[in-house]
Amino acid sequence: MSVDRQRLFGWAGAEVIIVVAALFPVLWLLSLSLKDPASVNDGRLIPKAFSFDNYSSIFDENIFTAALRNSIGIALISTVIAVALASMAAYAIARLEFPGKRVILGASLAIAMFPPVSIVGPLYNMWRTLGLYDTWPGLIIPYMTFTLPLAIFVLSAFFREIPWELEQAAQMDGATPLQAFRKVILPLAAPGVFTTAILVFIYAWNDFIFALSLTSTTRAQTVPPAIQSFTGVSQFTAPTGAIAAAAIIVTIPIVVMVLLFQRRIVAGLTAGAVKG
Amino acid sequence: MSTSATAAGSAEVQAAESGRPVKAKLSNRTKAERKLAWMLCAPAAVVMLAVTGYPILYAVWLSLHRSDLRFPDRSAWIGLDNYVTVLSANLWWKDLFHTVVLTALSVSIELVLGMLLALAMHRAIFGRGLIRTSALVPYGIVTVVAAFAWRLAFSKADGGFVPAVLHLQNDPLITTWSTYLTAILAEAWKTTPFMALLLLAGLALVPDDLHEAAKVDGASAWQRFWKITVPLMKPTILVALLFRTLDAFRIFDTVQVLSNGSNRSLETVSQLGYNTLLTRLNLGLGSAVSVLVFVCVLLIAAAYVRFLGANLSQRGGGG
Repeated sequence: MSVDRQRLFGWAGAEVIIVVAALFPVLWLLSLSLKDPASVNDGRLIPKAFSFDNYSSIFDENIFTAALRNSIGIALISTVIAVALASMAAYAIARLEFPGKRVILGASLAIAMFPPVSIVGPLYNMWRTLGLYDTWPGLIIPYMTFTLPLAIFVLSAFFREIPWELEQAAQMDGATPLQAFRKVILPLAAPGVFTTAILVFIYAWNDFIFALSLTSTTRAQTVPPAIQSFTGVSQFTAPTGAIAAAAIIVTIPIVVMVLLFQRRIVAGLTAGAVKG
Repeated sequence: MSTSATAAGSAEVQAAESGRPVKAKLSNRTKAERKLAWMLCAPAAVVMLAVTGYPILYAVWLSLHRSDLRFPDRSAWIGLDNYVTVLSANLWWKDLFHTVVLTALSVSIELVLGMLLALAMHRAIFGRGLIRTSALVPYGIVTVVAAFAWRLAFSKADGGFVPAVLHLQNDPLITTWSTYLTAILAEAWKTTPFMALLLLAGLALVPDDLHEAAKVDGASAWQRFWKITVPLMKPTILVALLFRTLDAFRIFDTVQVLSNGSNRSLETVSQLGYNTLLTRLNLGLGSAVSVLVFVCVLLIAAAYVRFLGANLSQRGGGG
C-alpha cells in the first residue's frame, strides 16, 4: 500500500472516530426519545419499537411549551440588547483612540470570568423585593453579565478587520456620512454582527443556574430547569422518555445553526485568539 | 464562555503600550473623538458594572450579616462569623477538594484531546468541514442536555445502556469515584471542542516553513511537534488553559444533573453556594460561600496572569 493511501485511510479512521465521539451522546438521546414509554428503561441502545409518544406527551404539557416560549423569547431579547450595546462599544474600541480602552476590555474580561453563583443570592433577594423574580427581565438582566463581555470581545475583533478607509473614500466620492455608513460600512460589519449574535444566543440558550435560581413557574422558567423538574406521568413512571424528547427538541436549533454557519462560528471563536 | 478574549486583550494591551503617542496638547478633534468613544462605551460599561458590581458588593454585605429568609427578624451584623462557620466546616473543604479534582482532571484531559482535535482540524487532508461541524455540536449543545445524555446512559435506575453493556452490579451514579468519572467524561466531551478551537487559532500562527526546514533536517513529526509547535503555541495554550480552568472551577450544571435525586456523593463549591442560598435560604452563610468562590476564581486568574505575563516578557513582548 502506498504511503498516500495509508495516510488517506489513517485520516478516514481518525475522522470517523471524531464524528462518532462528537455525535454519540446526541444519538443516544434520540434513541431514548423514540422508545415507547413502556420500554424506555430497558437499557437497549436501539429502540425495540419506535414511537413518538414521548414527543406528543411533552407538547401536551404546558410546562414544556411555556418553557420553550420563555427560552426563545429571553435568549432572543438578551441577544439583541447585548449585540446592540456591544456594537457601539466595539466600534469605539476598534476605531477610536481614547484613554480607558484597556479598562473596558480588561473589565469585560474580568466579568466574563465571574462565577454566577456569587451573584444569584443577592439577585434572588433583590428580585423578590423589586418584583422581578420569575419574570423575563429578571433573567435578561443577569444574562448581560456573560452576553455583553462575549459580544464586546468577538465584535471588536471583527471590527478591527474592517477596512474603515472605504468609508472616507465613499465620502470623498460625494456620499454623505450616513450614506457612507449605510452603504459601505454596514454591509462589511453585518457578517461579524450576525456571527456574534449566534454565539451570544448559544450562551443565553445554555444558561441553567440563573434560570434555576430566579424563576419558578411557567411565567419565566426556561427549558433547562424545566427539563430538570420533569416528573413521570404518574409517580411510578420515570420521566426518562420525556426528558430525552425535550432534550432533542432544544438541540435541534443548535444543530441547524451549526450546520448552516459552521464557518462563521469557527471564525467568531478564533477571531480574537488569532490576534494574540 | 468568553472565547478568544484574553488573546485579543493582551494584543490590545501591547498595542496600547507601544503605540500610543506621547500626549501633547489635545486638539479639538482628539477631544471630540474621546467624547464620542466614551458615549459609545458608556451604556455597555454601565450595564456590566450594574449587573455584576452591585450584586457582588451586596453579596459581601450579606455575608457579614446573619440573614436567613426563614427567620427574617433575626438579621444582624455578625462580622466574619459566617466565614468562620464555612471555613471550619468539613463540607466546604470536601466540596473544594471535589471541585479542584474535577477541574484539574477535566482540563488536563481536554488539553490533550483538544490538541489532537485541533491538529486534526488543521491538517486533515479531506473532510475538514465535517470534523468542524460535528465538533461544534458538543460545543453548542445545552450543558444540562449533555449532562442528561451521560446520566441517562450511566444510571442504572434510569435504564442506561452502560451498566447493561458492562454487566455492572451497582449503579455507577451512586458511588463517588464513578460519579466523578461520569462528570469528567461529560465535561470533557462538552468542552474539548472549545479548547480545540482556541488551540486551532494558535496552530494557524505556526509558520509552515519552520516545519519544512526541520523536516529537511531530519526531525520526526513527534520532535517537530514538541520543539516547534508547542513552544510557539505556548501563549495560546496558556490562554486556553486559563479560560477552561476558570470555567471548569465554576462547574454547576453537569454535577447538578448527575447528582439529582438521592445521590449527594459529588458536590462542588458552586452547588454548596446554590444549596445554602436557594434551598436552605440562608443568605448570610450562602453569600459567604459565594464570596469565597469568587476569591478562588480571582486567585486562579492571578496565578495564570502572572505566569502568562512572565512568559510574554520572556519572549520579548512580541505578539
